[in-house]
Order: sequence, then structure tokens, then C-alpha cells
Amino acid sequence: MTTHHIHSASFSWRQLGRTAVRESFRKLDPRVQWRNPVMFVVFIGAILVTVIGIADLLHGRWAEAGFVWAVDFWLWLTVLFANFSEALAEGQGKAQAASLRQARHEVTAKKLREPRHGAAWEEVPGASLQPGDYVLVEAGDAIPSDGEAVEGVASVDESAITGESAPVIREGGGDRSAVTGGTRVLSDWLVVKITSSAGETFLDRMIRMVEGAARRKTPNEIALAVLLVLLTIVFLVVTVTLYPFSYYSVHYANHSGTVISTTVLVALLVCLIPTTIGALLPAIGIAGIMRLLQANVVAKSGRAIEAAGDADVLFLDKTGTITFGNRQASAFYTAPGVTDQELASAARLSSLTDDTPEGKSIVLLAEQKYPEAKETLGDDAKWIPFTAETRMSGVDAGGKELRKGAPDAVKAWVKEKGGQWPAEIDQIVQKVAQSGATPLVVALDGRGLGVVELKDIVKPGIKERFAELRKMGIRTVMVTGDNPLTAGAIAAEAGVDDYMAEAKPETKLARIREYHQEGHMVAMTGDGTNDAPALAQADVAVCMASGTQAAREAANMVDLDSDPTKLLEIVRIGKQLLMTRGSLTTFSIANDVAKYFAIIPAAFVGTYPQLAALNIMDLSSPQSAILSAVIFNAVVIPFLIPLALKGVAYRAVSAQALLRRNLLIYGLGGLIAPFIGIKLIDIVLSLI
Amino acid sequence: MNDALLLTFTMLVVTIVLAWPLGAYMQRIFSDQSCLAKRLLGPVEHAIYAAAGVDAKADMSWRQYALLWILFNLVGAVFLYLLLYFQNYLPLNPMHFGSPGVQISFNTAASFVSNTNWQDYGGESTMSYVSQMLGMAVQNFLSAASGIVLALAMIRGFTRAEKSGIGNLWVDLVRTTLYVLLPLSVILALFFVEQGAIQNFAAYVHVDLIQPFLHKGQMVTQQVIAMGPVASQEAIKLLGTNGGGFFNANSGHPFENPTGLTNFFQMVAIFLIPFALVFYFGHRVKNMRLGVGILAVMLLLFTPLAILSQQQDLAGNPVLTTIGVDQKNTSLLAGGGNMEGVEDRIGTAGSALFGAVATGTSTGAANSAYDSFMPLSGMVNLLLMQLGEVTPGGVGTGIASMLAFVLIAVFLAGLMIGRTPEFLGKKIESYEIKMASLAILVMPMLVLIGTAVAVSLPGGRDAVLNPGAHGFSEILYAVTSPSNNNGSAFGGLNANTTFYNLLTGLCVLLNRYLAYLPLLAIAGSLAAKRRIPASPGTLNPATPLFVVFTTVVVLLVGALNFIPALGLGPIAEQLSLPTAVHNTSSIGH
Repeated sequence: MTTHHIHSASFSWRQLGRTAVRESFRKLDPRVQWRNPVMFVVFIGAILVTVIGIADLLHGRWAEAGFVWAVDFWLWLTVLFANFSEALAEGQGKAQAASLRQARHEVTAKKLREPRHGAAWEEVPGASLQPGDYVLVEAGDAIPSDGEAVEGVASVDESAITGESAPVIREGGGDRSAVTGGTRVLSDWLVVKITSSAGETFLDRMIRMVEGAARRKTPNEIALAVLLVLLTIVFLVVTVTLYPFSYYSVHYANHSGTVISTTVLVALLVCLIPTTIGALLPAIGIAGIMRLLQANVVAKSGRAIEAAGDADVLFLDKTGTITFGNRQASAFYTAPGVTDQELASAARLSSLTDDTPEGKSIVLLAEQKYPEAKETLGDDAKWIPFTAETRMSGVDAGGKELRKGAPDAVKAWVKEKGGQWPAEIDQIVQKVAQSGATPLVVALDGRGLGVVELKDIVKPGIKERFAELRKMGIRTVMVTGDNPLTAGAIAAEAGVDDYMAEAKPETKLARIREYHQEGHMVAMTGDGTNDAPALAQADVAVCMASGTQAAREAANMVDLDSDPTKLLEIVRIGKQLLMTRGSLTTFSIANDVAKYFAIIPAAFVGTYPQLAALNIMDLSSPQSAILSAVIFNAVVIPFLIPLALKGVAYRAVSAQALLRRNLLIYGLGGLIAPFIGIKLIDIVLSLI
Repeated sequence: MNDALLLTFTMLVVTIVLAWPLGAYMQRIFSDQSCLAKRLLGPVEHAIYAAAGVDAKADMSWRQYALLWILFNLVGAVFLYLLLYFQNYLPLNPMHFGSPGVQISFNTAASFVSNTNWQDYGGESTMSYVSQMLGMAVQNFLSAASGIVLALAMIRGFTRAEKSGIGNLWVDLVRTTLYVLLPLSVILALFFVEQGAIQNFAAYVHVDLIQPFLHKGQMVTQQVIAMGPVASQEAIKLLGTNGGGFFNANSGHPFENPTGLTNFFQMVAIFLIPFALVFYFGHRVKNMRLGVGILAVMLLLFTPLAILSQQQDLAGNPVLTTIGVDQKNTSLLAGGGNMEGVEDRIGTAGSALFGAVATGTSTGAANSAYDSFMPLSGMVNLLLMQLGEVTPGGVGTGIASMLAFVLIAVFLAGLMIGRTPEFLGKKIESYEIKMASLAILVMPMLVLIGTAVAVSLPGGRDAVLNPGAHGFSEILYAVTSPSNNNGSAFGGLNANTTFYNLLTGLCVLLNRYLAYLPLLAIAGSLAAKRRIPASPGTLNPATPLFVVFTTVVVLLVGALNFIPALGLGPIAEQLSLPTAVHNTSSIGH
């Protein structure tokens, strides 16, 4: 698996930070602030206090001005910190986009007059190509736009997109036909049918995605934003009405003290509204996309990532995800009167020239068992390759005819040769098949020698992983083209919840619909064109980078590593995104309790001195109490930026355990942390 | 204090024991199952539909349901207004009371139709018997039924899937009134009569005083005792969490609340239907653990506050203690404690607990003068309303509002476990969050803005009879109570002024018809949704952890809005008391 991730392409944190600081100031534009209602309130509050501060200076109210400007300074910092967190997350995306853009330089294309190799071509600018045009790309040429290879075979360097330096093979027709604009042909040639017009290629969309231009708010983000806005409105009412309350208390109820000042009201408002989550919400969303990108997965929308967190049924391809992909020889079963070594030797000889992974594994197993017996074939040996009709392969050497293949095919061959076929072989074949393995029969000169057992090897550790998923309430469905018997055995061994044997695109689609009917959300991976309908139906559809154009179109994420186990990581990132939002919201709201204990006694102690009893943090003065709360509210944002970008820690445990853990850390923590923080800031302030 | 604890827990246990079968009974009444009551009263039910030309099978969309709900209330309000305004032309008016006038008629109509029962009049000196029976008592039934149908509709939102309707308003109203409210009221009224409550149409009685006294140079030898059909109105006043008293003294009056036993069962009657609806919810969603969990949230909020209120009042007034007044908790002193404004028959704890029960349920009843409570006891009353009337809240509205809080809690908790939040198999999305937030946040806005207006205008300030922080509490209470459709009065404030009649009338209407419509919208949206199967990854709300979390959410959302106001009212007052000696920190020096 590749460890070369595209994110490492071209940025350093130091540089990113510097750009983000610059961006934080640029984002002070009211039109930008307006997009985030919670922070817009802080922004307006800061302006208001600035005006008050200027008025105080003009009127020479030096004593008040000091406090007002101190509060104002921290209010502006609150706004800037929020801008910074967003800019930092965006900066990561921009750095990424810049490195991608390097691949998208202007190219000229060889546009073919006719869709075949050898036809006349003319040089045109790559940007002028339309879907349906045919172009010729030869060694050294850049592929001008997304398309499908219709003719030829070539090795292509796709490192600009995947970061993987090893070239990949692309060929006309079949499942390896998709080519991406911006990649480069290293050897040979391809005739490519263009499928995307300029500006709409995969690379373009990827750039837009990471730059955040195409970022739409996701459903949960909208719901949370609604809640935050409503809370903000209510707290606005709380603070605005506090002025008449205070006025009444001072002038009618108690006749002492002074009416609460606008500066203190703004300070209280900013402390009460959920600024922490409001400031970090955009960054959390962008960071989710970036984390996915770091896993070398490009999501076409933020919505897809959120859906990944919700997916509760995973369709996993057996090959590559659950098993190592190739069946391997695991045992020899002899017919009566045949020795084990005899069978092993025959099987080995029949496979010596067999280049398939199965064939190699037979040779390997035989040599492991009998290392001393290493016969070689004579020069006259004639290799009989496997075909779909004969379903056998073998070798004719030294007058002997050796065959191995599907039991019924070999049986027919033996019968035809007039040889003997012991009934025991049928029994062994049946037994092997029932265990979920594939039986291969070996025969020599019309005599059945025995059976080679080919087994799918389940990846180590996968069973534990599925058990974890089950705990989280995610069902795993193994999808395979194998017969039900084989599929069932592997499913049992791997510990999946369900399996689909003899899966065809239609049956996959039907099964996804069934799950939808029951209200489940399905995630799947696919690559072939025939996967496209199922991908389009699934809620989270991950397409391999090597997949066909149709599959890429139908999917809502593309895995650049083409790693089938990636789905598990995608689900994790999706959940983390939601958890981070929820946890920081809880933290933000829980913070309010301590802030009340700081500000309320400070604001009203002039009117009702007895309210000093509520100053349980024993803050040194009313002004210091209010300032400490505002400072805490501001600095908590940069403190939490790393958490927002990284996401809260994620564990594969039950919903119950997860909730308990996060409530303890972010709920209870959010209740307690500001008491300590505000007190510490107050101590520092009183020392100055 | 031990007796107070015993009283509190006995009252809760008795209510739960009675509410459990009532919840099961409701399950039968509101479903197609048959039961004895339906066999007996079924013909009446069908006769009502036939007479009104109602298609009982029709299913209504939430918009239809809500529109008819408002129209039904509007018709009731207009009828009540006209009835009151023209009572001098109507029969059963032995004391020949005149028309109460536009202001009282409007305020009372708004208040009784919305289950608020805020009273800016004294019943025995204003209202004729026909106004009381055909006006107040009828609305006591219908406004209670109007509240209960909100819960029925909202619960249907959870139980239905992929349906466009949320039920039939007429069927819900008729069944609620006929099978639940009427039978229970008859039983309770008979019990009250047995205990000494009166039920007659007689003119007021003049009786000779045992101890004649001198007043302004005149010997007073006689007393007028008000009469009336009290017991029948008393029963539904409590069962429907209405609270509008027949007499001005409300449940403090011996003809309304004659004995210690009736006082006990008055509290049980107030809690009965709100509790039963929680069990009904458990039955309907086939998750009684969840029903019990929601009841636990309500009790976790109610019980400590109710006990604090009693403890504060039982401890007595420290100002009196410093001048040597005996306030010991002995039977000789009728239980002792802060006896100001308390009936000897009932005692301090029974009064404070009644106050908590009434304010925790949007019941406007009172058996003592809340204005005379100790500051923190008064604050408990305020807070129980300000939490949004969910502890357990008014009939129907309580559980419905609590479910809105639960949705908010589910939303936060759902995000925290990394999934789109879902509750009872329904996805909670931005529409639900918007509506639930509106349902919860309309009330704080009304209270805060209403109070701000009142303290800013002479009309609001001048009505205050007490100086200091207590006066602020009085205004705050006068706005909080109608804004929560509670209706209880703190007193100490002349509320029958044009300013307060208008302000409280508006608060009553805005809360009732703005805060509860979003709940019907939620019901409509949820009923249309597909049901998602539960898995180990789904948040299970029927757990102690979630109960605690929801409790904290209610407390935070509710309390955070009111802490500054409470700080300037009851808290400032409490901290000014002489025994409240605190280490004044350096703040303010």
C-alpha cells in the first residue's frame, strides 16, 4: 500500500500559519462574517465596543476607556481566532489544490479525425476538446482531459493525482479503460474518447472540492447551525432585556449602583452565545474533507462524508477486502492407491508452467512438502493452457499426459481416455467443496490421482475488525461471485453478518434497495462499469481510482489508492466529523455556566452588594472578572483548533460507551474547564 | 422536614400508582381496542359525531389539524367572551353581578381557552353561576382536552411511518373529554363533596359573627359567605391543570379545598393526567423503559426543587428569627416555618409543595399566597415555570414540550456518537430541530421581552406594591406565569390594570398559539418519515445516562435564559436576608 500521500505534496505548517494569519484579517469583511451568524454577532459587538471606546477617549473618560478597550481587544481577537481557524483549514485545501493545479497546465491535444489508431490528427488546445472527441496520446504526452481508452495499451503515470509513483496500465475496453486528464503516458499509445469538457474534469472537480468552492453545508451541519442561530437569538434577547432589568433595579428597586454598561452587556452576550462551536464549525467541516484526502480519498461532496458516518450496512468485496484475493493450494487428497508424494509431484509438474497465482501456489505447496523431489520437464514438454471450454490445463511431456482442472471436466477427460475414476474422488471433491474451498482434480494418463484443495485465505485480523463494526451497529455484507457454498464458508470464517453469493450487478442493486426499504444506509465500493448502477444507488459509493469512467461518475467518492479496505476508514472519518461537531457544541454550551458565575456578580454587585456571594471563583475585581471571562472565551478557540482539525478521538465501541465517554470529556469537562481557566486568567490579570 | 419529605414522596408514589392504570386505559381509549367505557359511552361518542357531521375516519394533515385546533379555540374564546360580557342578562346570577367589562372578559377568555386560567378578578365578587359553569368549567374541560390532543398527535408522529396525517382532531377531542376528563371529574367531585366542598346554586349566606369587631367606628356583626357549584368546577380545575379558582382564594378556600386529605388529592389530581400521558407514551411507542425514563427526567427536575421550596419555607423567615419570633416546626404552630400567607389547615410544607406542583404543571391554582413565600421558595415556583412547563407540565403540553427537549438532547447526543441523530426510529433533521427550538424558545423570549416592557413603562412599574428585588420578582412572575400558560399569581401586584390585562392576555395567546404549533409540525414531519431499524450503533434513550443528559439539557436551556433575571429578583432578595451571612469576597470593594 502506498504511504506516499498527496497531502505531503507542498506545504509546511509554518507557511500555512502565516497565510492563515493574513487571511484572518482579510475575512473581517462583513460579507464574509455574515455567512457565520454566531460570529457575525461577535463582529457587530466588537464594532459597537470600539465605538464606545472611541467615545470614551473623545470625552476623556480615561478610567472607563481602559476597561472598554481591553474588552474590545479581546472581542476582536475572538473574531480573528475564528477567522484563523477557518483560514487554516482552508489553507490546507489551497495548498493541496495548488499542487493539483500543477498537473492541469495547458496542453495541446492530438485530435483524431476518425476514432481509430492511425487516422489523421490535428493539434488543438486541450481546453477546446468536447465530450465525444477522440484524441491520440503517445509516450510523453499528457492526457488532455478525462476520457475512456478505446484502443491501445499504455503505461500511465498517475502520480499527479494519486501520489503513487509506480505507473499503471490503461487499455482500451474493459475495466481499466478510464484515463484522467493531467496524467501522462509513459510508453506506447492510447486512443482516448473524451468524456468531460474543459473545467469539468475529475481533476477540476477535485481542485474545487479541496479549495472549498464547491463546499455546501451538509444536512447535519444545517440542523446544528439552526440550533446555534436560535440559541444566539435567545441569548441576544437575554442580554438586551438585561439593560431594562438593570435600569429598573438601579433606579426603582434599590436606588444604588450603576446601570449595566453596554460594554459589559456585549461581553456577556459574546460569552453566552456558542462562539466556540460557531468559530470552529467551518473548520471542522473542511478538516473532515482534508482528513479524507489524507487517506487518499476524494469526496465529491461533504454530504457524502456525513453519510459515511451514518452508513450501517457495508457491502465489502470478498476479494481484496476479506481475503487475499487469490486462492491458494492448501492440501492434497489422494485417491486410493496413490501416495501423497505421487499426487504432489504430479500436481507440481502440471503447474510448473502455469503462471496463475493458483498454479504457483500448487508448486509452492508441493515443494514445501517434498523439497527433495524437484523433477523438471523435458524439452519436449507441451503446455496445455486453461481455456473456458476445457476448464483444464496441463502438460504433455515424456509421453505422459498430465491434467488438472475442474472436477467434472477432468472426469469427462478421464472417461474419454477410458481410464478409471474411483468413486472416492467424487467424495473428496464434494467434501472439499462443502468446506468452502475449490477442488482441483489431478489426473495422469486417464487416471484420477487425487484432489488439490484451493482455499481463499482470509486476511488475519479481519474478523476482529468486523466484530468491532458489529459493536458499533454496522452490518457487514460480503459480496462475491463464488457459489453459495464457498461464499458461506468464507463468510463464516471471516465473521461477516451476511453474504451475497454469485453476486451480479442486478442482484447487488436489488439487495441495496432491500436494505433501503428497511431504512438502512448502505456503503459500498466498486470499480467496474457494471457496478455503476449499484454505486449510484448506494448512499456512500466509493469508486477505485482505477475504475471505469461510468463507475467514477456514479460514485460519490473516489479512492485514489484503489484499496478495498478503505471503506472502513471512510466510515471512521465520517463518524469523527459528526462527533467533533457534537462534542464541541456540548462543550461550548456547558461553558456558559462558569461564565455566568463570573459576569453576573460582577455586573450587579454595585446594585446588590450581596450578589458578591455568587463570586464563587473569588475573582479579584468586577472588571477583572468580566475581562477574564471574555479572554477565556477567546483563547479557548485557538486551543481547540487542533482538535477541530484532527477530530475527536474515535473508538469502535457501542453508542452507549461512546456517549458516556464524550459526555464525560466534553460535557463535564466543558462545565469545569472554564472555572479553572477563568480563575487562572484572573490571577494573571491581577498580577499585571 | 422529614414530614415534608414523606408528604412529597407519598404524593408522587400515589400519583404514579394511579397514573399507571390510567395510562393503560388511555392506550385502549385512543386505539381501536374495545373496553368497558367504550361499550357504555360509545353511542354517545357516535351521536356527537353524527350531530356535528364529523367524519371520524378522516385523517388530518398537521396543517389541517393545527388550523382546526386554533379555530376550535377561537370559537370557544368568542363564546366565553360574549357569555362573560353579557352575564348580567343571563340566568343563575343570584348576586346580580354586572358585566365584568371588556378587559376582564378578554383577559379571562384568552386565559381560560388557553388552559392558563390567569385570573385578574375575584370569582365570588365578579362571576355569575352561569359564567362559572357554562364559561369557566366548560373551558376547563375543552382547554384541557386541547392540550391533551397535542400530546396524542405528537406521539402519533413517532408511532406512524410514511403517513401524511397525524390523526383526527374531533375524535381526539371527543374521546379525551368523554372517556378521560368527564369520568375522572365526576369521581373527584363526589370525593370533594364528601369531604366538605359545596355544590349549590344558592345566594350568598349572611351569618352572625362569633366575635363581632369594631371597624372604622362601626360594629361588624355579620359576614357574607359565598356559595356556588364549587366541587364540580374544582375537580376539572385540577385534573385539567387549569387552576382557575371558583373563589378568589382558590385552593386556600375551605369550600374548594376543605381538608388535609383533599389538599393531598388535589396535588395528586394535578399530576395524574400528565403522569398517565407519559405512561401512555411508553405504551404507544412500545418502549415503557423510555416512558419511565422521561418520567424520571421530570421527577429529577421537580423533586429537588419542590424539596428546596419546602425546606426554605419550613426554616422560617430569618428576619423574624432575629427578633425572637418562634417559628419552630411544631404542631402547635401548625407546622411552623414561614406562616405568612399560609392556611393553618394546610401548613407551610403543604403550601410550598402545592406551589411546586401547581407551577410545575401549568396549573394556576394556589392554596397560599406565593408572594409571601421565602425568596428561594418563590424562585422555585418561577423556575418550575421557566423550565418550560415540563415537570411534568400541563396536560398534554407537558409531555409534548418535554419531547421537544428530548429531540434537542437526542440531536446533541446523536452527533456526539457520530451519527445522524435518530429517536424512536425517526431521523431528527434540521426541520425538527428548527421546530423543537421554536417550541422551546418562544416562551423565554416572551418572558424576557414582556418583563423588560413591564419594568420600562410606568404602567408596569406602578402596579408593584413592594420595593426592592421582591418587586422585580413580582413583575417577573406576572409575566412568566401567563407566558407559560400557568396562570398562578404571585400577588403583590395590581394585575387588573389595562397594562397588565393587555400584556398578560398577549403573553397567554402568543405562547399557546406560537409555542405549541411547532410541536404539531414536528408530529407531521415525523409521521411522514420512514422508520429506521435500531442497531447497537443507535443511541438508546432509555438509559440512566441519557436521562441525566436530558435533565441537564432542560436545565441548561431553561435556566441559562433566566439566571440574570433571577439574580436580580429572588437571589438578590435571598442573599439580603440576615442569616444569609456569606464571606463577601473582594468583588465590589
